[in-house]
Amino acid sequence: MSETTKQVETLHLTRKDFVPDNDVRWCPGCGDYSILANMQKTLPSLEVEKEKYVFVSGIGCSSRFPYYMDTYGFHGIHGRAPAIASGVKLANPDLSVWIITGDGDGLSIGGNHLIHVLRRNIDVNIMLFNNRIYGLTKGQYSPTSMLGKKTKSSPFGSIDRPFNPSAVAAGSNATFIARALDVDARGLQESIKRSQDHKGASFIEVYQNCIIFNDGEFADVENKSTRPDNALFVVHGEPMIFGKENNKGIVVDNHHPKVVELGDKWKVKDLLVHDETNMHITNLLLEMTFDPETPTPFGILRAVDQPTYDDLLHSQIDQVTELRGEGNLKDLFNSGDVWEVK
Amino acid sequence: MTKKVTRVNEATIRFAGDSGDGMQLTGTRFTEATAILGNDLKAIPNYPSEIRAPTGTLAGVSAFQLMFGSSRVFTPGDLPDTLVAMNPAALKVHLKDLKKGGSILANANAFTDKNLKMAGWESNPLEDDTLAGYTVFSIEMSKLVGIALEESDLTKKEIERTKNMFALGVLFWMYNRPLEPTEAWLKKKFAKIPSVAEANIIAMRTGFNYGETTEIFTTSYSVEKAELPKGKYRNITGNEAVTYGLVAAAQKSGKELFLGSYPITPASEILHNMSNLRNFKVKTFQAEDEIAGIASAIGAAYAGDLAVTTTSGPGMALKTESIGLAVTTELPLVIVNVQRGGPSTGMPTKMEQADLFQAIMGRNGETPVPVLAAMDPADCFECAFEAARVAMKYMTPVILLSDGYLGQGSGPWKIPNPDDIPEIEISHPDTSAAGEEGFMPYQRDEKEARPWAIPGTPGLEHRIGGLEKENITGMVSQDPENHQIMSDLRARKVRNIAKEFDPLEVYGEKQGKLLVITWGSSHGSAHVAVDRSHKAGKSVSQLHLRWLNPLPSDLKSVTDNFDELLIPEVNMGQLALLLKAELIRPIHQLNKMKGEPLRASEIETKIDEILG
Repeated sequence: MSETTKQVETLHLTRKDFVPDNDVRWCPGCGDYSILANMQKTLPSLEVEKEKYVFVSGIGCSSRFPYYMDTYGFHGIHGRAPAIASGVKLANPDLSVWIITGDGDGLSIGGNHLIHVLRRNIDVNIMLFNNRIYGLTKGQYSPTSMLGKKTKSSPFGSIDRPFNPSAVAAGSNATFIARALDVDARGLQESIKRSQDHKGASFIEVYQNCIIFNDGEFADVENKSTRPDNALFVVHGEPMIFGKENNKGIVVDNHHPKVVELGDKWKVKDLLVHDETNMHITNLLLEMTFDPETPTPFGILRAVDQPTYDDLLHSQIDQVTELRGEGNLKDLFNSGDVWEVK
Repeated sequence: MTKKVTRVNEATIRFAGDSGDGMQLTGTRFTEATAILGNDLKAIPNYPSEIRAPTGTLAGVSAFQLMFGSSRVFTPGDLPDTLVAMNPAALKVHLKDLKKGGSILANANAFTDKNLKMAGWESNPLEDDTLAGYTVFSIEMSKLVGIALEESDLTKKEIERTKNMFALGVLFWMYNRPLEPTEAWLKKKFAKIPSVAEANIIAMRTGFNYGETTEIFTTSYSVEKAELPKGKYRNITGNEAVTYGLVAAAQKSGKELFLGSYPITPASEILHNMSNLRNFKVKTFQAEDEIAGIASAIGAAYAGDLAVTTTSGPGMALKTESIGLAVTTELPLVIVNVQRGGPSTGMPTKMEQADLFQAIMGRNGETPVPVLAAMDPADCFECAFEAARVAMKYMTPVILLSDGYLGQGSGPWKIPNPDDIPEIEISHPDTSAAGEEGFMPYQRDEKEARPWAIPGTPGLEHRIGGLEKENITGMVSQDPENHQIMSDLRARKVRNIAKEFDPLEVYGEKQGKLLVITWGSSHGSAHVAVDRSHKAGKSVSQLHLRWLNPLPSDLKSVTDNFDELLIPEVNMGQLALLLKAELIRPIHQLNKMKGEPLRASEIETKIDEILG
C-alpha cells in the first residue's frame, strides 16, 4: 500500500465532501461543469485535509467556482486573485491554495498579477479556464480570441492578436505548465493531481467551451472523432505520437516541430521525446498551439523544481531569527541613540 | 579671547546644499546631537524628487530644517535663524525664508562664476550688498578641509566631500553641541573604511575649532534642556513610528504581521523598516503594483495575519476597489497613506493633507471605513497601534493618514515600556462554532463584528467575496431587504467605534470666542499659534481630532461652546466641508496649497483677522 492511499484512507474524504448545498448556476452545457466535477472528484484522492483547501478567484464565469466548492473560498475582485492568493499562502504555507481564473480575468485585467505569481514561484495552483470569450459580460472578444473573431465588440472581426496562455506562463518562467480539455476527465484529473504535488506555482490552462457565446471554438479537439488527429497528449519520457491509428508523430525539422507519418521513412525512434524539464521542448510544444499544420498539445508541458517564494520567505525568517534572536520590542524601541530625562 | 555665549529659548536651522552635498546626513547628525542634549525638537527634510538633479542647479537643492528649544517644540519652525548654504543655488532657493537679521553660513569656495550663473545670481551675493541685513559667515570650507586633510590618503574628491562635516562642526560650536555622538556614529558607519571615518572627524573638528578660534564669530548660543516628561527618549521619524506601532500591535495580539506594499515616496521607509524585521516574523511582500500590495494583504488577513498595506495618494487611488472588497468581506486591514502633494503624481516629496475626502469617501457604493490621522512623528506610533487594534476588534479596514512631513520628519519619542502596552484580545472561532446549520460567517458579536474564521479550521469552511452577502449566512444575495440591512449594519458598525473614544480635550479654555480645529500634522503650527495668541490676550483654544471617521460624538457639544470655528489645513477645505455638514454652522478656513505645512505665523494672522 502506497503512502498516498494510506493517507487517503485516514482522511475518508469523498466527492460529496466538496459539494456545497447551493445550486450551481452556470449555463446548462457549460464546460465549467465538467471542470468542477473533476475537481470535486480528484481532491479526495490528494493528501490534503478538507479544511486546508482555499479556492480564490477573480471575476467572470469561471470565478464563481469557489461558491461551488465546499471549502474555504474567496471570490475576489477582477483580476486580483493571484495577489489575494499570494497573501493567503504566505500567511499560512500549510494551505493548499487554488486560483480559479479565466482568459479575461487572468490575462487582461489580471495579467500583471498572473505573470508575477508565476515568476515568484509561490506554491499555489492556478487554473485558467480559456474559452476565448468574455462570457459574464455577454460576449465580447477576450485577449485569447482569435484574430478576425466577430463578437459584440468586434462586429467586423477582432484586430487584437491573441495570447497563448501557456506561452505567457512559460515566458513568466513558470515551473509547472499543463494544458487540459474540459471534456477530458483523465487529463483534467492528472493535471489537478500533478499540480497539487508540484512545489511551486502550477499553471493549468483548460480549454473550455462557452456554449452560449463561443460554442465550438475548440471543436476540432473536443469532438471525439476529430480529436485524435488534432490533439497531441504528451507524456514525460514518451515519444510524441498521435492520430486515430497512432500513426503520426512529431519531429524537429529546421528547429521547428513538424508532423510526420510513421512508416518506412519515419520510425518511432525518430520522434521527439517529451521532456517536461526541458524548456526547448516546452517551447516547441507551445509553438504548435496556433499552428494549423500541427496538433494542439495537451498534458504536462513543463515541470521543474525551483525554490518557492514561500519557502524562501519562511526560511529567511528562521535564519534571521537564529542570527539575531527572536525580536523583542524593548530592544527595537531602544535602538539608536537613547537619552534619559530625569 | 573668551567668546560670548547667548542663551536662547529656541533656534531654527536650515541646512541647504546640492543633493550631493550630504545635507540630509548633516541635518540628521545635528538633530541626534541636539536630541541627546535634551532639547525638544522637530525636524523635517526637504529634498527634490529627482535623485540627482544636475549639480549646482536650483532643482538640485536639498534641505533639512530643525527647530529645537528649551520648552516644548511643536513644529520644525517657520523661518530659520541660521541658514547653511553650501552653494549659490541653495542660497538662491532658501534666502527668502531666512529670518530678518538671521545668519548665513556659506561655503565660499562653491560660489564660482559657473555656479553663480547656474543659480541665476548676476554677481556674487557674498561680495555685493545682496545680503545686507544678514550676518554672513563666508568660509572657504572646501579649501580648509583640503588643508586639514593634506596628509590623508583620500582622493581630492573624497576630501572635498567632507566639507559638510566642516559645516556641521561650525554649527556644533555655534550652538554648543557635543561632537562625541557624531564621532561615534562616523566610526560605526565607516567601520570598514577607517580612513573615511577619520577624515570626516577631522573635518568636523576643524570646523568646530574654526568657530572657536577665528574672530569672525563673536557669539555662540546655548539652548537649555527642555522640560520633557521623565523617561527614556529617542529621535524617531513618523515612518519608523508607524513601523513600530504596527509591530507592537502584532506582538500584543499574538499575530504575525504581513505587509503587502509597493515602493512609493514618501511611504517607502515603512516597507524598508519592516523588511528588516524578519526576526519579528514580519512578512514583507514587495508586490508587483499597488493593487497587489493591498490584495495580498487582504488574502493574508483572511488567512489570519495582521495585514497591512502602505502607500501614498496615487497608490491609494489604485487600492480603492480593494478597500471596498475589505469593507464588504469585513476583514481587518490597516491601510497607511503617507500623503503627498496631488493631484495625480503631483509633488512626491512635498506634503499635503488633501487625501481626507479620498480616505473617507473615495469608493464606489456606501463603503464606510474608519479613518484616523497622526499629528506628529511620535503620534504615528500610537495611531498605528490604534489602527491595528480597531481593525481587528471590529473586523474592518482602517485608514491611517500620515503625510510626508510626518513620515520623513522626526522628533523625540518617549520610549514606552512594551510591558505597559495593553494586549489586544483576538479570538478565532474553532470547530465548535459550526452549528447544525453550518458555520455562519456573518453572524455578529455585540460590537456587530463578524467572526474571524481562518482557513485551516475544520468545519468552518465558508466563502466570502465582493458580491453582497446575506446577513448571517454569508451566502450571495441580491435581495433588496437584505442589502438595506447589510448597508445599515456596515454603517452602524463603523459609527459605533466612536463609543469607545475618550472625551474630546480642548487645549485652553473650554469656552470662548474662537476654537481652532486641527487634524493631522497641522496640529503643531496651530498649537504654537494658539499659544501665542492666547498669551496676547485672545480668547482662542484648540481642538485636535485624531479620528476623522467616525467623528467623536461629543464634537457638537464641545464646539457649541465657541462663537467661531477655524480649521487650518493643507488642502482646499476638506475637513471644513465635512464639519460644516456635521455641525451645520459656518466655519472659517485657512487653506494653503504650496506643498508645505502651514506656518504658525500664518495661523496667528488668521486668528487675528477673525478676532479683530
